[in-house]
Formats: sequence, C-alpha cells, structure tokens
Amino acid sequence: MENILIKTVDLTKTYLVGEIDVHALKSVNITIKKGEFVAIMGASGSGKSTLMNLLGCLDMPSSGDYFLDGINTSKLAQNEYANIRNQKIGFVFQGFNLLPRTTALENVELPLMYDRLEKVKNHKKQATEALKRVGLADRMHHIPSQLSGGQQQRVALARALVNEPALILADEPTGNLDSVTSVEVFNLFQKLNDEGITIIMVTHERDFAAFAKRIIEMRDGRIIKDALIKDRLNAEEELKRVLAEAEIAE
Amino acid sequence: MKAKIILKVATKSIMKSRMRSLLTALGIIIGVAAVIVMVAIGDGAQKKVEEQIASLGSNLIIITPGASNTGGVNRGSGTFNRFTFDDVAKIKNEATLIKGVSPIVGSGGQVIGGVGNWFTRINGVSPDYLEIRQWPLESGEFFTERDEMARAKVCVLGSEIVKNLFPNDDPIGQQIRIRSVPFKVIGVLKEKGQSAVGTSQDDIILAPSKTVGDRLSGDHLHLNSIQASALSSDKIAATIAELKSIMRESHKLNPGEDDDFTIRDQSDLSEAATATSRILTILLASVAGVSLIVGGIGIMNIMLVSVTERTREIGIRLSVGARASDILVQFLTEATVLSLTGGLIGVAFSFLMVYILNHYTDQSAYIKPQIIMIAFGFAGAIGIFFGFYPARKASSLNPIDALRYE
Repeated sequence: MENILIKTVDLTKTYLVGEIDVHALKSVNITIKKGEFVAIMGASGSGKSTLMNLLGCLDMPSSGDYFLDGINTSKLAQNEYANIRNQKIGFVFQGFNLLPRTTALENVELPLMYDRLEKVKNHKKQATEALKRVGLADRMHHIPSQLSGGQQQRVALARALVNEPALILADEPTGNLDSVTSVEVFNLFQKLNDEGITIIMVTHERDFAAFAKRIIEMRDGRIIKDALIKDRLNAEEELKRVLAEAEIAE
Repeated sequence: MKAKIILKVATKSIMKSRMRSLLTALGIIIGVAAVIVMVAIGDGAQKKVEEQIASLGSNLIIITPGASNTGGVNRGSGTFNRFTFDDVAKIKNEATLIKGVSPIVGSGGQVIGGVGNWFTRINGVSPDYLEIRQWPLESGEFFTERDEMARAKVCVLGSEIVKNLFPNDDPIGQQIRIRSVPFKVIGVLKEKGQSAVGTSQDDIILAPSKTVGDRLSGDHLHLNSIQASALSSDKIAATIAELKSIMRESHKLNPGEDDDFTIRDQSDLSEAATATSRILTILLASVAGVSLIVGGIGIMNIMLVSVTERTREIGIRLSVGARASDILVQFLTEATVLSLTGGLIGVAFSFLMVYILNHYTDQSAYIKPQIIMIAFGFAGAIGIFFGFYPARKASSLNPIDALRYE
C-alpha cells in the first residue's frame, strides 16, 4: 500500500451537453504505483483527456473516489484542489502553455508563487535548479518566443518539476514537436522517471507510448487494455538512431 | 500569496503592455487632473473673494444710527442722528472684545492742491481707523491722538487723490485746501482697490475726526457712524452683543425700548460671496468627477478585454495551483495599481496645469492638500470598483476551459 500513488474507485464523469448526458468516463478503476511511467492511449473521445483532468485535479468526478498520495480528493473543496495541483502535480501540456513575454526563469518560478506552505524560500535558486535539470540553465532569461519548441517544452517540464511533485501529468507532450525533438523530450522523461518521478502521459502515437513502462488503452470511457510494455524503447539509443538517420537523409 | 509578490505580478503585467496601460490610465490621469485643477480654480476664486471681503477690514463692525420712531412713525434708518464722540469714548473705555474703535465724520468737497482740483470724500476718523480697516500706509505717517486733541489740520490721502493731484510729486509735506481750509498732507494710503460693491475705496481723504467735525462738516457734535473691529472673527457675535449693551447704556434706553442704532458685520456679505464661489467649485468638481468615472469605465473596458485575452494565462496559473481568490486579487490589484498610478500622474499633471494657469493667466488657482487626497483616494476607489467585475470574471474561469482557450 505504501507504494500506491494513485487509486481510483469507480471514477465516473458525466457531462451535460445541451440536454444529453455524455458519459465521458465510466467507472474507471486504476492503481498506479510510485515510480511508474504510464502511457494512456486512445482515440479522441475515448475519455483519456477527461481521465487526465480528473487525475490532475483540474476537474471533479461526478461519482467515485480518487485517492492521490493517500488523500481522497473527491471530498475536497476547490481551494484544496488548488493546493494539490500546486504541491503534488506538475503539468506538461501539448501547447507548452508558458506565459508569453515572461522569461523561462519566471515561468518556472510560477508554481512557487502559489505555494502557501512556502517550502521554498529562494524561488530563483529553486527555479534555476529545475532549469538545470532539464538542461536549460543557459536559456534562463530567454522569453518563450526566443526558444525552440523543444526548449519551450523543457521549460514547461522544469516548471512541472520545481515544486518537487509526486506526479507529472503530460498531455501529449510531444504533439507539437518534430520526431527528433520528441525523442529528446522522452529521453528527459525517462531520466526523470529513473530518478523516481512518477509520470503519466497521454499520447496518440504508439511509437511514443513505447518509451513508457506501462500502457493503458481506453475506448468509450472505459479501460480496454492495461499492460506492461515488454520491449520498452530506450530514448537515448533511439535518439542516436534518429540522429544517424537524419544524417543519412542529408 | 504575499502582498509584495501580488504587487510585483500586477506591475509586471501592466509593464508588459505599456501602451495599453498608459491609454487605460489616461482616463484616470485626465480625470484626477481635471478634478484637482477645477477645484483649485474654484478655491482660488473663493480665496480672492474672501481676500476682497477681508480688505474691507477684518472683523469690521459698523454701527449706524437707527430709525427715529416718535409717536409710532418710523422714519427709517439714519433719520435720527444721536451718535456723539461720547459714544465712541464710552466704547473705547468699556468694550473688552474690540481691537479698536473709530468715529466716522463724513464730509465731502472740492480739494485744491498739487496740479489741480478734485471732488472727493473726506472722512474724519480716529488713529485706530487704519487698524480697524486693515489699511497700511504707502508712505508718511498717520495722525495721532494728539493731532485729534489739537484739531490739527493734517490729512492722509488715498491713492486715487495722489494720482489726480500729485501725479509727479511726493505729496507728503505739501499743502492742500479742502473747501478752502488748508491741510498738510502727512501720509499716503496704500492702494486698496474696489470695494465689494464696485466703488473705489482709494478716492478718499482721511483727517482727524474732530478737525473734520469742527472745520468741515459744520456739526462738531455728531457722527455719521462708528466703526470697530472685533478681536477675533469667532467672537464677532459676542462683540456685537457687548457693543449693543454699551450703546444702549450710552443712549440711556430703557429695557423694552427699541435700539436707536444698527450694528452690522461683514458676515452676511462674505457668506453670500463664498456661497457663490462654493457653488462654482462644486459645479466644476462634479463635471470633472464625471470624467473620472468615465476613466473608471475605461479601466473596466480594458480589464475585460485583458481577461479574455489572458484566459490561457489564467488557466496556466490555475493549473500550477493558483486559487480563484489569487486570480481575483491579481486582476483587482492590476486595476488598482493602474488607477492609482494614473492618479499619481494626474496629481503631478495638475500641479503643472495650475502652475501654467497662474503663470500665464490672471487666475490664482491653488491646490489644497485635502483635495489631492480626495482625488487620489477617489481614483483608487474607482479602480477597485470598476476592476471588480473583470476580476470576478477572471477568477470564475474553469481551469480546463481556460487552458483550452485559443
């Protein structure tokens, strides 16, 4: 039990669209242990985004329970939701979602600003450390428009890491990136996962799902497959391979 | 979140779109500057009126002879002249609340001297008169108690007389003839300008009252009126009461008998005049206040646009752990900082405007410190008031929708 980070019990989400109830999620039960790297796959409308929103405490379930790090979140108030997002979860989005006209450093400092416990005294130092972890120490004072897509996603990752969360939720993290950059980002994910950080990501591409350790497939609001990945790809080796291919192409 | 961080975030957001922030604040800048400048002009006008009234003599009290009322026939004010030098002496000895008292013995006539002749008014007064009327001398000296006693034929000229009779010379020491009686000029009064009713106060000659009584008016016993000044403006009512009882005693009036004199002070006049200028000030300030409110609406407008534009930013902030209240406070702070900064610039701008006005026109606008605080506070209140709705809108966004917003 100690090891369990996420446990959902009959997690259900129903949206009211017009006059019709849309069952986005139907009684989903998942258990995810600490240190896992889970890829959630499924066509659009399969409920994977809804699941991500619920796991990320961005939305509340219609029924069912969601335990995160031992806390039953379905019984919490809005403000405590905000605290959980701040303390336990780091988000990485497809569109990076960095504040424009704001330096990388300031973007990474953002979650620290909303930390009510004030665990971290020196925001700048903590943010710099996070940027170092994603290899962007030399780009600290650049604003997003001066950074490449891959770099922007790494800034977003640093922002997700800065509060030392229990969980990183990545929603199609490489959806806007080319394949080489994507592999670079996965390389980083794998490294962080090796350091013990739990990662859950949503992806469309089966190739990328192979970088994870476990794959969950969804359809119509239900889990249809939940399996460990046997021939897991090593992003570092993959990167060498992709780079070599690119050279040949030239 | 700490107040310092909130302020920092708000300032950064404002500085990120400088041009827009400036345009937004412009409404407040103009509003605040307009309120301050308008009130300053109004206050300046009011001060001018007050000064004019004060120039009549501060705390001036005028006692005029009352109506004769014999056998039930009231013949109106001034018809029964019973003021004498004894009345003045009694007031001088007994009154405790006055600074000074002077008889007024009025006369008029043709004055010959210097370069020509001039018809003017000659007032016989006591040495206290200058203090009562707050009227300094331009040059020379005023006559003394001894001149009064000796019925000395000395006089002090108003500036209008000097202009007409001695345009080039120094009149002091010169001889003039008032209705053929020779007087020696010993002093010249400072120019006082028009009275509140528009006549020149400088077209006058002052001489010792007893001299005028004996030599010019032809009635060496009676006075036209008595003027006194109260020690302080808040004791005018008490002073009037005191003078009234002394005068009644002096005129041996029985209790129940009507006064045979009237005592007036300047308060009616000053109240009417200040009320007029106060209405002017209120009018100007309210017009300017409307522009301040329009400025506030400008802030609301821009903040609403800003909330829509920054929906994604709000989503990002919510996703990293901001509470709805954090977002509310952030946008409210932005609106307030914007309006307070606008207010500050407006205050600075109003000083510049008032300086230019006073320097290049004949306005004498002046800025009261309270009005700065009021205008500034009003600007802040407008920021909070008009910033609240957009901030509320921002804070009620759902994080998922906000993040998805394109």
